This record gives sequence, structure tokens and C-alpha cells, in this order.
Amino acid sequence: MSELAVTDALPKPKRDIAPLLLPIVLAIVMIPLVGSASSWVTLTVASLAMGMMIFIMASGLTLVFGLMDVLNFGHGAFIAVGAYVGTLVLLPLASWAQADSLLTNLAVLVPAAILSMGVTGALGLVVERVLVLPVYGQHLKQILMTTGGLIVAEQTLYALFGPQIIPLPLPSALRGSFILGDIAMSKYRLLAMLVGFAIFIAIELVLNRTKIGLLIRAGVENREMVEALGYRIRRLFLGVFMTGSALAGLGGVMWGLYREQVHASLGDELTVLVFIVVIIGGLGSITGCFIGAILVAMVANYGGFLVPKLALVSNILLMVAVLMWRPRGLYAVTSR
Amino acid sequence: MMILSGDPPRSRALSILLAVIILALLATPFIFPGAKALNVAAKICIFAALVASYDLLLGYTGSVSFAHTMFYGIGSYAIAIALYGLGPNWTAVAVAVAAGLPLALLLALAIGLFSLRVEAIFFAMITLAVASAFLVLASQLSWLTGGEDGRSFQLPELLRPGTVFIGKEWFGFPINGRILTYYLVLTACALMILALLRVVNSPFGRVLQAIRENRFRAEALGYRTVFHLTYANCIAAVIAACAGMLNALWLRYAGPDTSLAFSIMLDILLMVVIGGMGTIYGAIIGAAIFILAQNYLQALMSIASSAAADAGLPLLPGLLHPDRWLLWLGLLFIASVYFFPTGVVGRLRNKPGAAR
Repeated sequence: MSELAVTDALPKPKRDIAPLLLPIVLAIVMIPLVGSASSWVTLTVASLAMGMMIFIMASGLTLVFGLMDVLNFGHGAFIAVGAYVGTLVLLPLASWAQADSLLTNLAVLVPAAILSMGVTGALGLVVERVLVLPVYGQHLKQILMTTGGLIVAEQTLYALFGPQIIPLPLPSALRGSFILGDIAMSKYRLLAMLVGFAIFIAIELVLNRTKIGLLIRAGVENREMVEALGYRIRRLFLGVFMTGSALAGLGGVMWGLYREQVHASLGDELTVLVFIVVIIGGLGSITGCFIGAILVAMVANYGGFLVPKLALVSNILLMVAVLMWRPRGLYAVTSR
Repeated sequence: MMILSGDPPRSRALSILLAVIILALLATPFIFPGAKALNVAAKICIFAALVASYDLLLGYTGSVSFAHTMFYGIGSYAIAIALYGLGPNWTAVAVAVAAGLPLALLLALAIGLFSLRVEAIFFAMITLAVASAFLVLASQLSWLTGGEDGRSFQLPELLRPGTVFIGKEWFGFPINGRILTYYLVLTACALMILALLRVVNSPFGRVLQAIRENRFRAEALGYRTVFHLTYANCIAAVIAACAGMLNALWLRYAGPDTSLAFSIMLDILLMVVIGGMGTIYGAIIGAAIFILAQNYLQALMSIASSAAADAGLPLLPGLLHPDRWLLWLGLLFIASVYFFPTGVVGRLRNKPGAAR
């Protein structure tokens, strides 16, 4: 009780909800523009699902930047590696994946996701130790080093798996859609939405409600102080880097299943998209990243439906518009 | 000294190396027979200028831009579209210059004013996004750019290989339009590099270095850093566009792969890093080393790859395949940032063996 009183006494910063309302307003504005209710629902669900997947991939990047001040241009490599590792489980066990029972499907899908998270997490450890450690605090070199890492990873994938596109069919229980009246909602998209939302809640809870989260946030504010208090901030940040990489790997598998194909250039393609999301959200902000991902997906889906030609550059236009409004992104956490 | 803007190489080994490169480039048509040598030499010239202009950004202002190939591409496409649309004449070239350079300038101004206000990291990400959007546009607007196929075109009469000047041969070497084009490229690139040397050694260049070292302090001294950064961005963009025009003139072609691809951006980055950031001379050395390696090591790699395949080694043939050239480039990239942070020029200037 006394603790509550203490926190109540502190003046709380005002909640900034304008960015939160942005996707909602955008979705409502689109109702008359799209015209038919069923296509609107389909587009909205598609946007949310795509947005959640992009969020999973981008959250790692924004965590790493916001917390460690490391800009990882090689983030796309983790996405591509994750997708390929997923295929290592999903393709040999295709008979399970194509079985008609949801349980059998999940028995393949879950290990695939866990394995790719494990591999990309371990890769994150190596990358942090080898590439990032020597260049902490030097942005220019970070960009150069991690770009080099991205090239090496992508080319190694080409060397190991060949340049061809690998088809990655969805497990049969996740194919098709639920039909409600004249509205069709794709099953896999619903699953992607659920997973993405769960991860968002989990990250928010860990950051805001646990001691580790407290230390991470404190470390961002003042690293020396937390170190002086006797916490091993380096190890904590290494953990953050690995978590970020593992999330990218998970996002890679989910994206590969969404597109039903995997290719080594996946990393390149998504790097740009993920960067746009992180910029829109404001570097280091998980909430901003979440909203940014949904906005990008909405613009891509609605834009692709209404003005297909515009969809090619819609991301850039969105980024320009947001930065005109808020030059540091929707929510800027870092003071740098 | 005047021609070098009072900024000599400041190292005997470096001077000799530069002299060798420049003499080799000057004499290429006469000492190295064959079209390939001439192509490599022209590419070295063009990239030396392009990399030098990028060094103005990366080395002198410390801002990482991923949009440099966009300006290079604007120059290439300006020439290609004009000569394709208006026919092979000098009016078309003039139109390309008159349209391409201002377009590059305006875009650089827009990107600069819009994003240089934000932190360096934002700048890198924004330029990456803009460049990728530009690449998509160039490959989608096929009525204008020829899409993925690009645009091939005819050169004006004077520059064609078929145009023969002085008699048939001169000391056994044909003097034709191709040679003239080569020297046009060489001269233009040399002029651009000298101009850049002038820029970085002017008071303006010193301000750029001050901004790179400590932007806050430069601002406190009264310099309007955003304006300086934007100027630098515009100069670099215009020179990159010029280099792109020369590239298109040399190749008689402009397409996404030769002028806009992300891999070209990586090549430029690597050449700057190898040569040495913040030294215009580094661009010449970086471009020469890199392009020679790119053109002659790939042959070596394919020999090594087939040898490894014959020996029945696992994995190695794949890793040594000539198409995996980029893999080794990436490793080289990391290694050069790690072990040679000052590049070849920095190494030579600091005397070999000394610390750092």
C-alpha cells in the first residue's frame, strides 16, 4: 500500500496517445474508400498480420539500438538465417506438416520456430562478440562492420543452399480461412496476429514489470551508474542482442511461411522495411515500433488495393509524412 | 602543388604508388592490348571519381549515405534516356547534362535538408530507404528506363569505335573514337578529383572536418552545420551524377545492375575503406586495387573452385565459386575495418611498422 502511495506522489509524464490512435483512425478512414465491408475486413486482418510479423523482426533491431546504441545493419541476415533454419525442420518433416491434424502440424512448426530462434540467437552471440564488441560507441564502424556481416551471411546462405527459391508450403491445418458470413479471415494470418501480439505484450511486461527490464532501462539512461551499482551490464546487453537476433529468426520463419517461399535475398528486402518501421516508430521505442509496423503494413495493403502503382513507394511516403510530423519518430526513447 | 590544392600525398611510397597508377591509366591504350584492359582502366577512372565524391561524405563529414548510387544512376540514366530518345548526337548529351545534374542536385538538396537535421544514424537508414525506393522505381517505370533490361544506345559519331582518326594505325595502335572516349573519361575524372581536392582543402572543407570531429562544437563556433552538410551532400551528388554519365557513355548502356544495384554501393563503401577515409587520394588507390581484384581475382577463384571440386572437397567449391565473390568481399570489408581502420593511405602516411 505504501509503495503505491510513493509512486502516486511522483508526477507522471503525460501519456502521448496520438500515435496510438493513428492506425485506428487510418483503418476507419479506409472504410468508405475501400467500399465493401468484406474486403475492408480482409485487408485489415492482412495488415494486422503482416504488421505483427514485421514487428517481431523489427523489435529486435529497435531493442538493440535503443538499449545498446548499436545500429545493426546486419539484422536482415538474422531474418534470412532464421527462415532457412526453419526450412531445415519443415521440409524433411513435410509429411507431418502436411498431415490433416493441427496438433501434428504444430509438432513440426513449434520445433522449427524454436530451432531457428536458437540458431539465430547463438549467431547473435557470435556476431556481438566478433563484430560489434570492437566497435561499441562508433556508429560509422558499426554500420560498416555489420554491413560486412550481412554480405557474408547472405553469400554463405547462397553457397550452402544454392541461389534458387525454396518453396515452403504452409502446414495444411493453417491453410484456408475461417468464413464468417461473407468475410474470410485467413487462418495463418490470425495465428501470426496472435503470436505477434503475444510477443509485444511479453516485451512490454519484461521491460516494465521485471527487475531485468528495470536494469535494462536504467542501463540505457546511465550505463556507468548501473555498472557502478555492481550489475554486469555487458552481459545483460549481450542477452538483449541475442534476444533481438532470436526474434529476427522467428520473424524470418513466419515471413517465409507467409510468403510460402524462402530466398537468401529475403534479408535484403526486409532490412529496408524493418528500418523504415524502426525510423517511423522512433529509435528504441517498442510501442513506436509496434505502431510503425502496423502502419507500414496498412499502407502497403490498403495502398496496394486502392492505388497499386503507389504501393511501390508507399513506405517511403509514409516515413516522410511521419517524420514531417515528428522528426524523431512517433515515440523517441533515446536522448541521443 | 597548386594543382593538388596544397595537399600533396605526404608520403614517398604513396606518391610512387599514385604515380604508377596514374601513368598506367594514361598509357593503358598503348601498353595493355585488348578491350578488357581498357574497360578495367575506364572503370578505375570512373570509380576513383565516384569514390572520391563519396569520401567527401563519409570521410570528411562522417555521414554514412546509402544513396550515392542513386545519384550515380541518375547520371547514367540521364545520358541513356536522352541519347536513346533524341538519337546519337551532342544535343542529346547536352540535354542529359542539363537535366540530369539539376535533378541530382535537387534530390540531394531534398534528402539533405530533410534528413541531415536528424542524427547520423537516421541519415544512413533514410538514404538506404530512399535508394531502394529509387531502384524499385527505375525497374518499374519500364517505358522510361527500360525496366530490368536497361537502355542501350548509340554514341555520337565522334566517340564511336568505328571512327578512326590519324590514318589507320599509330605505332601499331589504332586511334579511334573508343580511345577518344577513354581519354574523355580519364580527363573528366581527373578534373573531378582535383576539384574535390580543392573543396576539401578550402575553408569549407575544414569546417566539414570540424563537423565530423565534433558537430556540437562546430555549431557552437557559429557554423551553420546543416547548411555545410547539405552543400557537401549536393557537391557529392553532382559529382556522382557526372561519374554516372561517364559510365553510361563508356558502356553505351545504363541499367539497374550497372548503376543502381546495392552491390555497387557496397563496392564504393569498401573502396573508401580500403583506400583510407578522409583522404581523396585513398579513392584512387581503393578503386584501383578493388577493380583490379574484382576483374582478375574472379578468374583465379573459378580455377580454385574447380580444383577444389576435382579434389572432392566438400563445401569449398561452393564457397570459391566466382559468383560468391561478394562473400570474400564481405570478409575483406570486416577485416579492413578491423585491421586497417585508416586504409592504405593512412598506413603509408604513418610509416609502416609504427603503432596504429
